[in-house]
Amino acid sequence: MAKFDLNDNSVVVIVGSGAGGGTLGNELAQKGVKVVILEAGPRIENQDFINDEWDSFTQLAWTDARTTSGTWRVAKDFSGLPAWIVKAVGGSTIHWAGASLRFDEHEFRIKSTYGNIPGANLLDWPVTLAEMEPWYAKAENKMGVTRTNGIPGLPGNNNFRVLEAGAKKLGYKTVHTGNMAINSQPRDGRGSCQQIGFCFQGCKSGAKWSTLYTEIPKGESTGNLEVRPGSMVVKIEHDASGKVTGVVYADDTGAMQSQKARIVAVAGNSIESPRLLLNSASSMFPDGLGNSSGQVGRNYMRHMTGSVYAVFEKSVHMYRGTTMAGIIRDEAPNNPKRGFVGGYEMETLSLGLPFMAAFLNPGSWGRPFTAAIDGYPRMAGMWLVGEDMPQETNRITLDPTVKDKFGQPVASVHYDDHPNDLAMRAHAYKQGAAVYDAVGATVTYPTPPYPSTHNLGSNRMSEKPRDGVVNKFGQSHDVKNLFVSDGSQFTSGAACNPTLTIVALAIRQADYIAGAMQKKEI
Amino acid sequence: MREVDRRSKHSRRIFLKGAATAVPVVAVATSLSVSIEDAWADEAGTLSPATMKTLLKVARDIYPHDVLGDSYYITAIKPWDDKAAKDASVKALISDGIARLDQNARDRHKAPYAEVPWEADRVVLLKEIEQSDFFQKVRGDLVVSLYNQKEVWPRFGYEGSSAEHGGYINRGFADIDWLPKA
Repeated sequence: MAKFDLNDNSVVVIVGSGAGGGTLGNELAQKGVKVVILEAGPRIENQDFINDEWDSFTQLAWTDARTTSGTWRVAKDFSGLPAWIVKAVGGSTIHWAGASLRFDEHEFRIKSTYGNIPGANLLDWPVTLAEMEPWYAKAENKMGVTRTNGIPGLPGNNNFRVLEAGAKKLGYKTVHTGNMAINSQPRDGRGSCQQIGFCFQGCKSGAKWSTLYTEIPKGESTGNLEVRPGSMVVKIEHDASGKVTGVVYADDTGAMQSQKARIVAVAGNSIESPRLLLNSASSMFPDGLGNSSGQVGRNYMRHMTGSVYAVFEKSVHMYRGTTMAGIIRDEAPNNPKRGFVGGYEMETLSLGLPFMAAFLNPGSWGRPFTAAIDGYPRMAGMWLVGEDMPQETNRITLDPTVKDKFGQPVASVHYDDHPNDLAMRAHAYKQGAAVYDAVGATVTYPTPPYPSTHNLGSNRMSEKPRDGVVNKFGQSHDVKNLFVSDGSQFTSGAACNPTLTIVALAIRQADYIAGAMQKKEI
Repeated sequence: MREVDRRSKHSRRIFLKGAATAVPVVAVATSLSVSIEDAWADEAGTLSPATMKTLLKVARDIYPHDVLGDSYYITAIKPWDDKAAKDASVKALISDGIARLDQNARDRHKAPYAEVPWEADRVVLLKEIEQSDFFQKVRGDLVVSLYNQKEVWPRFGYEGSSAEHGGYINRGFADIDWLPKA
């Protein structure tokens, strides 16, 4: 395995090893580019994952201090935990459910499609679906997405069967076990899904794609990729010409190190990535690195989310099998007649008993609550995930008082639901309940959003430098050897789960970076 | 469908053994004709037995599951005694919180909280202090300490860890048999 010197200024330094950073690192390594990935968390291999919700949370979750504000309910229920993401090698590809959907054509150009929505900061992406299609195809092939590349769909579990029966009774048409980056048959050296459940706790069998055991070891085997776990980047440095020259990071002993770099790519998820740029302010970049637009940290999106759980007369055992292999796509198109723009997906979801108790209706107690828990084995569940409106005031900032153990200001996450988000959520709750009522639910529970898993948009792409942080390749408008490689570059969030798009963008970005390096542009 | 065996595998004797210095306590309890049900509270070193017993009642009233015996709730609340031993502010939080609840109960029902006979009346007393730090901390702790007990899970039809059993691929992931034909 490669080991690069701290003073080697020919390397590309990538901050983060998840869907964006892990993929970019492997793709560059495959092209012969030398890469150092600095990952804040430890390296935990998949056999060490734990089929226990709280123990796994302790093992994997990013629980470093963050603060919250805004009207979203997460700020009240989980004030110190705005996001449920992973701090480990592989990032949130350890925790993700595997749903791998392409954006719809209009979702790359929401300003043109939705027009002027008061309070929203809409912008078209500087890239179109047509441009992205070949990269989506590469991502689907890399990740082994079911229902692409001749890969069969996963078998439906009990929770899916309830969803499917209700959807068909209701007249929904596009209902299946999803486009999942989970092997339905052995592929790429990994086995097929054993229906373990616990997809959110890390896939112990390795059937679900994660950069931890795909991209990263593949990159390492080229001899061009070094991954340093336990390495928390605190600052990106630059020279007098405004080019970045390397990063300062705390290593796994807590000692500060300085790694030189030819290029720095930031992929720390949409809360940490803008935090790092803001914490890298200097006399040349007083508002934060790459922030001449003032858009770093703004337009933070987290999807309109919610869940519906329903209880039936007889058993469901929704927790058995793949957590999210089930989807209804009929509400995903943009149909403003429903009273909102954009659309949403309905996807199967289950929680174990401990997390159901924690998340069903945080703060509630007494008989109404325990009656719901008593129904646990007869419960089916779905997640509602839809496009939320980018708003300039939904924003990651540096907390004025709270600092981390290295003395750096922590991220403060402000989010207000937009009226469009609220209208969409109300519609989704109603339709979700209708699906289950159609097959005899005795009661349904609208369940509020969990801490955010889809964190997006806080370093957005734009055609014009004044509108966003990076260009169509994720390259900073201000600093040409600085890139953003995670979901924070999303100009808008679309209805669907974001990982496939993050991976497709990372493959495309690797192509661009390698080309620009070869041409000595950067 | 493969149903989950919901019977309790968790006898009171095993519980007492696991919970503390089992044999002497049981022996003493028996010899003094103190009921075994109360012995656990007397083991508390920092919080008073009366406080512990009232806390048990509070826990039952916050998350009432008639299918669960007291042992699960006792397991859930016992750690407060240790926390109180280590931190005086925790001791004050619990002791003062219970004292206030008892005072409110006496004002209204002429009896301490644990002796107010009907759950509906006790829930009214809890509602009054719902926003207090005491209630919030006790409830926030209990939602984990009660529902995260592996012994509780089968009582709610939840099977817990599955990877070591080969997942559910051969154990009923798709065995639902009552749905209308699609």
